Amino acid sequence: MLPPFQRFIDDNASSVWRLLRALCLADDVEDCFQETFLSAMKAYPKLTHARNLRAWVLTIAERKAMDSHRARKRRPQPVEQPPDRAARTRDGFDPAVWAAVRGLPTKQRQAVAHRFVADLTYRDISRVMGTTEEAARQNVREGLKKLRGTLS
Amino acid sequence: MSDLIKRAAKELGEPKEDVMERLMDRIAVEADIAYDEVDTPMGTFTVAATQRGLVALSFERDPEIVVDALARKLSPRVVHAPKRVDDIRRELDEYFEGKRKNFDLALDWSLVQGFNKKVLEATYRIPYGGVSTYSDMARSAGSPRAARAAGNALHNNPIPIVVPCHRVLHRDGGLGGYGGGLPMKKWLLTLEGALERE
Repeated sequence: MLPPFQRFIDDNASSVWRLLRALCLADDVEDCFQETFLSAMKAYPKLTHARNLRAWVLTIAERKAMDSHRARKRRPQPVEQPPDRAARTRDGFDPAVWAAVRGLPTKQRQAVAHRFVADLTYRDISRVMGTTEEAARQNVREGLKKLRGTLS
Repeated sequence: MSDLIKRAAKELGEPKEDVMERLMDRIAVEADIAYDEVDTPMGTFTVAATQRGLVALSFERDPEIVVDALARKLSPRVVHAPKRVDDIRRELDEYFEGKRKNFDLALDWSLVQGFNKKVLEATYRIPYGGVSTYSDMARSAGSPRAARAAGNALHNNPIPIVVPCHRVLHRDGGLGGYGGGLPMKKWLLTLEGALERE
């Protein structure tokens, strides 16, 4: 049985917020956050079971993040400046790491974010991304390798 | 490298209170059911409204139990949205202060059907300060001999106080039962002037 939507929000707000903070530009985080839960609420009564709700809402969040990047590309914008490696915001947020993650090819970015931000297991990542578990591991490995190049 | 990411992931923070408030403002508009707790002299109640109106008022102390039942019976899109039940809260406040004799709230009868609904609709027409009997309610619902079934319908009233099942008594004048306990039934009837103050 599906939990009341309020409990679904309470259980998942934090994971969704963290994923979006990693994947979106700062100005888009809150919009995507709202859009994620509004879309989830529309689809919610059609769900046929309550398994993997977190993975489900994280895929919606991820799609919203991608939409926000696409929308930015359509409106001409100053390109995102590579943040100063040393610059961290007061709350310890490290923009350089996430800019590098955003720069990864789609599958690697998804896999890395699901693994390290959302703490999903490889099994869940493979399910969310519609790949094999081995492919999920491979995407994380490749992603990390690229990040090593960008960030060191 | 994975350590660097894990460390950075620890600093992604949590959605702040104002972020959650803005989210809930938007969610509340579209949710099927809004609920909140309401404080009264008789304890804290949980009230719930659909887009059509007040659908449930519960004496249950744990709102989670009420919310689970609503999710199961009506729709899983149930959210905590205090603003959407402000009218209900205000009218209940006025009622408990003795300033309101009739509720002007829109009601949603979704949780009751058939005979039970007829009994409760008849109950809803008993005026403030008045009382009626289980067999009268059964008669109004079209089954004069079903007083016991009428009692059951009243016991399972999803919107007590507003649908005033406390105004239904035994024909011999005995108080009968009450979901919120007999002391509450007495208290309400005294507030309304149907019972003498002790």
